[in-house]
Parts: sequence; C-alpha cells; structure tokens
Amino acid sequence: MALIRITSPHVHKPVNTAGIMRLVILATLPGLLAMTFFFGWGTLINIIWASLLAVTFEAICIKARNRPLYFYLKDYSAILTAVLIALALPPFVPWWLTAVAVFVAIVVAKQLYGGIGQNPFNPAMVAYALVLISFPLEMTRWTAPFMLQGDGWNILGFVDTLQLIFGGWSEHADAFTSATPLDVMRHRGGLTTEEAWRASDVLANVGAWHAVSAAYFMGGILLLYKKIFSWHTPAAVLISLGAMSTLFYVISPDTYADPFFHLTVGGTILGAFFIATDPVSSATSNKGKIWFGIGIGVLIFTIRTWGNYPDAVAFSILLMNLAAPFIDQYTQPRTYGHKAPNSGLKGKA
Amino acid sequence: MSIDYKEITLNGLWHNNPALVQLLGLCPLLAVTASVVNSISLGIASTLVLTGSNLTISMFRRFVPDAVRLPVFVMIIASFVTCIELLMQAVTYELYQILGIFIPLIVTNCVIMGRADAFASKNPVSASVLDGAMMGIGFTAVLVLLGGLREALGSGTLFADMHLLFGPMAENWTIVLVDDYKGFLFAILPPGAFVGLGLLIALKNIIDKRLKDRQSAKAPAHSQEAGSKRVRVTGQIS
Repeated sequence: MALIRITSPHVHKPVNTAGIMRLVILATLPGLLAMTFFFGWGTLINIIWASLLAVTFEAICIKARNRPLYFYLKDYSAILTAVLIALALPPFVPWWLTAVAVFVAIVVAKQLYGGIGQNPFNPAMVAYALVLISFPLEMTRWTAPFMLQGDGWNILGFVDTLQLIFGGWSEHADAFTSATPLDVMRHRGGLTTEEAWRASDVLANVGAWHAVSAAYFMGGILLLYKKIFSWHTPAAVLISLGAMSTLFYVISPDTYADPFFHLTVGGTILGAFFIATDPVSSATSNKGKIWFGIGIGVLIFTIRTWGNYPDAVAFSILLMNLAAPFIDQYTQPRTYGHKAPNSGLKGKA
Repeated sequence: MSIDYKEITLNGLWHNNPALVQLLGLCPLLAVTASVVNSISLGIASTLVLTGSNLTISMFRRFVPDAVRLPVFVMIIASFVTCIELLMQAVTYELYQILGIFIPLIVTNCVIMGRADAFASKNPVSASVLDGAMMGIGFTAVLVLLGGLREALGSGTLFADMHLLFGPMAENWTIVLVDDYKGFLFAILPPGAFVGLGLLIALKNIIDKRLKDRQSAKAPAHSQEAGSKRVRVTGQIS
C-alpha cells in the first residue's frame, strides 16, 4: 500500500480568534499609512481614541454581563472594530462623534446581541451608518488630500490636529474641508461625467483615493494569502460592481462614472476585503459568499448612482448582512453521501 | 359574574400593556413619538376613542350578530375618531396639522380593534369602560416615555411646544437639557423609535424578572419534588 508518509507532529499551530484579529489589524496598516500620508494625522488619532473607547465599553459590558473579563478582552475584536470605524470616518471628525460611533458598535451592535460571534450585523458598519444618518454635516467634511495640495503636508501638524478633534471645529479649519470624489460625482448638477472631471479640483486630486484603495488592496491580498478568508466574497463584490458599472458606462458614459472610479474610490476596497468578509455576519458557504458579494456589489452601484447618499458600502453590507441567513438557507452545500444538497425549504420539511 | 376591576387596571397598565406586551398600535407609536407633545396628544386621542368605543360596543354587544361584528365595530370606532378629529381641528389646529394622517389612522389602530373584539364585545359596560381607559392610559404612558426619550436624545429638550396642546400657559414649559445641542437625528427618525421601544421592552422584562425573583425568594423554597427526576422532559411529569 502506498500511503503518503508525513512525519509527526501533524498538528499545526492552532489558529485562534486573537491571532486572526491581530493579523487583520496588521493588514490595515498599509491603508492607515496611506490615509496618514494623504490626509494628515487625523486617522491615526481617531484610531487610538476609538480603540481606547472600544476597550472601555467592552470591559464595562462584559463585567455587566458577568462574563470572564480578560478572556474576552484579549481577543482584540473590540480593537479591530474600533480600527475599522476610525478608518471609515473622515479624518477630522470631532471626538464625540467617534465616541457615539464606538458606543453604538460595541454596546448596541455587539454586546446587546450577545457579544462576539452573535452579532447579525457588522458592528463597525452599524456604527458608521448610524453616525452618517445622524450627523450628515460632520460626516461629509472630508479634507482635500494634503499631499497633493500647494502647501504640502505641513498645513496641519499633530498638535493642531489634536486641537481640531478634541477642541472643536474652528473656523479656519473649514479651509481644509472638501467633498469626496463620490460626493462630487453624485451632486454634479447637469454636468456630464467628462465635464465633472474637468471642472472639479476634488476629482483632479483623485489619485490620493486610488492610492489609499491600493494600500487596502495590499492588506487584503495579505489576508487572502494567510487564508484568513477565502477569495469568494471580495471577488464577487468587485466583479459584480465592476460588471454593473461597466454595463452602465458603456450604455451612457455621460451619465455614469467609469468602473475604475467605482472600484477605487470611496470605501469599496476596504469594504470588500475587510468588512464584507466578517465571518460572523456574512454568508457561510462558498456559494453563499458569492451571492452575498454579488448582492453587495450591485447594491453599492445602485445606491451610489440612484440613492441619496454618495457612498453606499456600509448600507450595502448591512442590507446583505440581513439577507445572509436567507442566503445560507438556499446555498447549503451537498454533504458527502447525499445526492442533493439539503438546502432550501425542502431541507427543513 | 363578578368583575375584578383591579386586575383589569393592572392588565391595562402593566401586565398586558398594549404597547410593551401586545405590541399593538406600533405604527402611530413609532411614527409620532418624536416629541413629548406629539405623544401626549396622540395618547389622549387614542384613549378617548378607546374608552368611547369600548363603552358603545359593550352596550350594543347583545344586538350585534357575530357575522357582521367587525364592520359594526369599525363604524363605531370611525365615528369616535371623526369626533376627535373635528375636535382637534377646532381646538388645537396646529397640532392637528403636525399629527396629520395619524389622527384619522386611529381607526385602524389595532389596540382599539383588539380591545373591542377581545374585551368589550364580551363584558359588561363598567368593565369595558375601565378596560378601555386603562389600556389607553397604558398606551399613552409608553408613548410619552418614548417621546421623552427621543426628544431628549434627538433635540436635547423636553416638553417643547407644549403650548400647542395646553394653551398659552405652557409657553415656557420647555426644558433645555443641553445648550447648543447638535441634534441626534437617529433618535428622531423611525429607526430610533424601534431601538427606543426595544429598550423599553427590555426594561419591562428586567423589572418583571426582579419582581418574580423577589416573590420566589419570599416564598419558601421548594424542596426536591417527588416524582420523576429525569432531566429531559417536555412538560410536567407527576
């Protein structure tokens, strides 16, 4: 008999939650660096502030629920949520807005539903959607990318940024703010896409957004390589969004933005690799993940193009989170020994 | 047949509260509770309709054939709602405009229909009137609580615009909780109402559990019961 001989030990290093979470946090580093490079210190300060809050809220909740404190705190999940929130928020949001977002993510969206592994929605996206709806003014105050501006990066130093975030929004800071490229695309009046590209300073600086997306993409590839998640979800999101936007761009290039723009601007890459792949709130099987991703991609294009909000990644992911149990019901894989998969309504009968 | 008035009262206010336990009338509950004044107005209007319709339906309960009872109830309720609507147009016109469609929609409020069918059509007049009033007050209490919660969170005030309901003497009832409040739009929008109602239901469940625990602590603890000691049973084995 020819058996494959591999010497013992056959046990690999066990993968635990904390390890995965640490790796995902690590994988956001390129994105964080790009954000800091182009948009200043704000994101970094927000990450630290949000992480402090997240750990505090998590500790209070776990204590109140009579669970082992250290066991749950050391899994880094609260910090990962905080990091994702801080990366998604505009760099110079006031401190209380971050606090509201982290409170909603940790206390409402995670712990009230039963803690890690029990949340039907991605906590970071629940928080983002809530603050986006509640504080539209603060949430749309992005800055123009410093790096690509005349004065360069030393417009706003570290201390200035701290004052801006914790001391309140001063009048002179309004000089830095600008809309995001998606905002400009959405609210361009009667201009055609090409005219919008020519007329807007924001779109002239779109390179910063491409770079940030590229950085997130690198982090995502690292996670794929490390097998933290499978390729199905991100690929489905990107391909469906690309296909959808190509279709409409081909039909009418004046009315719709090009597919490259959709894929590389806004939260698409961050959402596709870091948030849609959340194992708790996404679909389970590989086939299910593909449907889940397609849903997200189509919804992103739909809401961006015809909805009221310029970016749609958070809403799309939340809507598909809601649909995930339904997708799971119909995409159960065939188990070994069975002729047909045990999925759908007939499986339950 | 003796009527337990105390139980009817407790049922309406707490154990069988229309908003927190039966989860009836959610549409107006979620839609208009963005401020205390709206909540109180809708609560009073619903309570008046509920009491009136319970009274009338209970009076006519022996004359209404079962087959057509629902249309009859709806007509009775609709006439009361029309009265309230005209009254509000006459007395509190601004408030009538704010509440808009939700005043005529009281006709379809499930609390009223539910109490008419489940209680008033089977019980004597005195019990039905009490039931209607207590259910109405229980409903109003939840409305006001939710309205206060959402107003405080959403706009940082309490009892704003109360003069719309209570006239000029209420002009300065407004309590500003936080000066220069940014506003928390989520609390004002319908999702905030869902979350707020969920929290109120959770609070009621906590209180109920505490009460139950206290009662069972008072009662002597049951020693090991005789009979089956199997763990996995469905139901009582004697």
